[in-house]
Formats: sequence, structure tokens, C-alpha cells
Amino acid sequence: MESLSKRAKVLEKKPMTFAERAYLPAIFQGLTITMRHFFRAATKKQVTVRYPDETRPFSPVFRGLHVLKRDEAGRERCTACGLCAVACPAEAITMVAGERKKGEENLYREEKYAVSYEINMLRCIFCGLCEEACPKAAVYLQADKMAPPRFERDEFIYGKDRLVEPVTPDNRSKRGIQLTPEQADKLRAQLA
Amino acid sequence: MTLPALGWQGLVVLVVFGVSLLIATYSTYAERVIAAFLQDRVGPDRAGPFGLLQPLADAVKLFTKEEFFPAGANRALFVFGPCLAMVTALMSSAVIPFGNFLQFGDTIIHLQGIEINVGMLYVFGMVSLGVYGIMIGGWASNNKFSLLGAIRAASQNISYEIAMGLALIAVLMMSGTLSLREITLQQSVAGEWHFWNIAKQPLGFIIFIVCAFAETNRTPFDLPECETELIGGYHTEYSSMKMGLYLFAEYINVFVASAVMSVLYFGGFNFPFQYELRDWLVSSRGLELVTAQNIITILGLVGLFAKIFGFIFFFMWVRWTLPRFRYDQLMRLGWTILIPLAIFNIMLTGGLITFGVIK
Repeated sequence: MESLSKRAKVLEKKPMTFAERAYLPAIFQGLTITMRHFFRAATKKQVTVRYPDETRPFSPVFRGLHVLKRDEAGRERCTACGLCAVACPAEAITMVAGERKKGEENLYREEKYAVSYEINMLRCIFCGLCEEACPKAAVYLQADKMAPPRFERDEFIYGKDRLVEPVTPDNRSKRGIQLTPEQADKLRAQLA
Repeated sequence: MTLPALGWQGLVVLVVFGVSLLIATYSTYAERVIAAFLQDRVGPDRAGPFGLLQPLADAVKLFTKEEFFPAGANRALFVFGPCLAMVTALMSSAVIPFGNFLQFGDTIIHLQGIEINVGMLYVFGMVSLGVYGIMIGGWASNNKFSLLGAIRAASQNISYEIAMGLALIAVLMMSGTLSLREITLQQSVAGEWHFWNIAKQPLGFIIFIVCAFAETNRTPFDLPECETELIGGYHTEYSSMKMGLYLFAEYINVFVASAVMSVLYFGGFNFPFQYELRDWLVSSRGLELVTAQNIITILGLVGLFAKIFGFIFFFMWVRWTLPRFRYDQLMRLGWTILIPLAIFNIMLTGGLITFGVIK
């Protein structure tokens, strides 16, 4: 019969030689292989990341925990237009719109703002469509922060208290990401 | 034996006891680190520097675990099993000559628990008793898997003891004594070029080490505790420190097997050029003969432990390289290959002794 492909290989089943039947040479072969690994592990840098001590860097395009951004004057950018909620394929976003009162101009950028804005992190699939839908550049998915695990389901519903970025600009990076004090110090040193 | 000498000997027994336990403790750590390195991993490194306190953490864990008795288990035997395994494992280290002797004035301290003229037979007896610990524990658990593991352990140990004993007979034919101290001393004679037994008994050594793997229930012969088939074998139902005792007994057995192999085949506490070194210390350094001998003894002690650690490392190295045998393969290897080979080795040795090639 003609073979269907050229890759077919005829295998000959030869009787085992004495060395193969004695099994000891094969054992020593195996032992040398494991010993090579032993010395590699003992001398070279291991690939293991010792997690709590070291962390692997995030990809620059990583989409993590959401943030609601403020503008240069520290006012909330979100106008509660609802486009993000419409764009969301997982229906994770809900919001209640409200009208800005007199004297709140330093808090909200437009006349309409989100009284409440909630994202259910259990529903969210972190696709980033809300970020693309937003006309006011208000919602972003941070590249360096994941939604942490929690014990209760209701703790996964993030309200404005946890979504809006902090007022003090010192603790913010250019992309609106909240920084730890050390990271903020580093950033300031870089800018100076 | 005078009373102070007896006191010193008691101290040696205590030290041997402590050292066996210490080595067993750190064998658990070494096993994990070696396994990790052989598999390109890191191993335990959290407790203390390089994870050196890991055995302590393990011990605390084992002691604080729940003491569990399965329903229908024979309570007395269930406790007796691990105790017996531990006791016999510890007892067999008593006759190993760890060093020659130290001399302070009139007192001579032999670095050996007890010197008896049937030392090797005693070790064999203790190792054979050790299988009762496994059998009783497996039987008392009232669990099918435990019982299967126990039966496997028993039949495996009995099968391999035969080949091991036959391999040993070839050594005894050359030494003419069962005393481990005598066998050690015969492997190095002052003033002449003398080989260790491994040079005269290479085949016997290979048979012996294969059997030692089977006797200590270590991979590739760890069928009594084969996880893939028997969950945990004879210690399936064990928890807490009773489980710990079984694990400890296994590591002490590995230590004793390593020590016996070092003594029988690798010259025990002898090391090359020891007499030359002693004479040099006396002639060039101006030391007294007694002091020089003490220094040689201590170096020999260190040398023996280096050999033992080498063997323990080899046990672990093999464990993390070879897969487990199938049960019929194990039995076939023991009965149809190792035993005939050992008998052939006896005849070969006998012939060589008759024609004066070796003595």
C-alpha cells in the first residue's frame, strides 16, 4: 500500500540488546540527565518567581481595575451619559444620573453627573469596551491593578468610593492611575 | 568493662541515637531540596535561611494534627505499628562502627554503640523486624488499601532479603567475620596497598544496593506506599505523628542502609593514606602517637559520614529519576535475576579465593 504522506516512518521492532535488557545503562543515562538539571538549578538563575517577594511585571496593555478619572482641576469627568453601560457586554455597569447644583462646579465638570456609579467586578469581563465608549475620557481600566479577591459577593460591587480617583494629584500618575506613596515619590523625582 | 568506660559507651549510644534522629529529620529537608533542584524548582526556602528550619515546622505541624483512629481499627496494634517501625529502625544503627576509637589517658572510647561479633546478622534481624511495623500498621488500619500495601511490603522485603543476604555472604567469605568493626579494619591494613571491598565485590555491591532500595521501600521499589494504586499504602489511615514515625523510620532505614553499605563496601571509617598521615603527624609535627591516632579517628568519622551522605544523596537522586516498577516486574527482578546473580557471585568469589586472586 502506498503511504498517504511522506512523513510516514517504518518502525522496526528489533530485539533488545544485552545493554538494553540489563537496564543499568539506561538508569545511568537517566541519572546523568537529572544531575545536569540539579547543577543547572543550583548554579543558574531559576525561572521561579517567589511570588509575595517578587511579582511579574504587568503587560503595558493589561486591562485591570477600573478608575473614574478627574480632570486637571480635580473635577469628575463622568456625566452619567450611560454609554459605558450600553457598551458593556456583561451588563456590569449601573449608574444614577443627577443634576449639578449651584456651588458644585468645582466637583463636577458638566451640569450632569453620576450620583452613583457601580461596577460589578464579578460580571465584568475586563474587555475595555466601556473605556472605548466613553466620550468624556472618564472611565479607564488601569494597567497595573487587578480586582482583588474578596470573601463576600457584595464586596465586588465597586461604588464611586472605590472607583473615583483620589483628589490629591500627587498620588496620581499621568494616566490617572493611583500610585502608592513610594511610586509617587519616584514619579516626582523623575519629573524634577 | 570498667564503670567510667561503660558511662562513656552509654554516651556514645545516646549520641548515635541523637545523630540518627537528626539525620532523619534533615533527610526530609534534603529530600525536598534535592527533588526541587532535580526538577528545576526552588524547594522549601521560607522557614529560616535556605529553609533550614523547615523540619521544625514540619514537626510542629505533625504534632498538632488530629490524632485519628479509623472505625473498626485495632487501637493497640494501630499505635504499636509505627512504634515498632521506629524502634527497629533506630536499633539497627547501634552496631555501626562510626569511628575507630578515641583514647584519653587510660580510657578508650569506641565510636560504636555496641560491638558484637554478629553485627551484620543483628542489622539483618532488625531490618527484618522492621517489616512487622509496616505489616501490623497496615493490618490494624482496617482498610483494604493499607492491607494491600502491608502485604506488598512483606513479600517484597522477604524476597529482597534473600538476594541481599546472598550478596552479603560473598563479603563474609572474604572477611571471615560478621563483626562490622572487623570488616572495616580488614579493609585497610597499615603498610600495604589495600583495596576496599567494592574493588573485590563490584557485582555484589550492585545487588546489595538494589536490594537496599527495596528493603527501605524507596522508589523505584516503593510499591507498599504506591500512591497511584494504593492511595498511601500501609500508612493510608495514619495521621499526625504516627504518620511522622513511619516517614521517620523510612529515613532512618535509609541512613542505616547507607551506613551499612559504606562499612561493607566502601571501607567504613578508613580513608586513603590514613597511616601515612598519622606517621607524618608523629614524625614531622611532633605529636604523640595517641593524639595523632585521635585526629585520624575524627577524620575517619568525618569521612564515614561523607560516604553516608553520599549514599543518602544517591537514594534521593534515584528516587527523583526512576519511575516505579510494576509489581510483577519487581518480583521477577528479585527472584529470577538478583538471586541467581547473587549465587553466581558467591561461586565466583569462592573460586577467586580458592585460586588466591583475592582474600
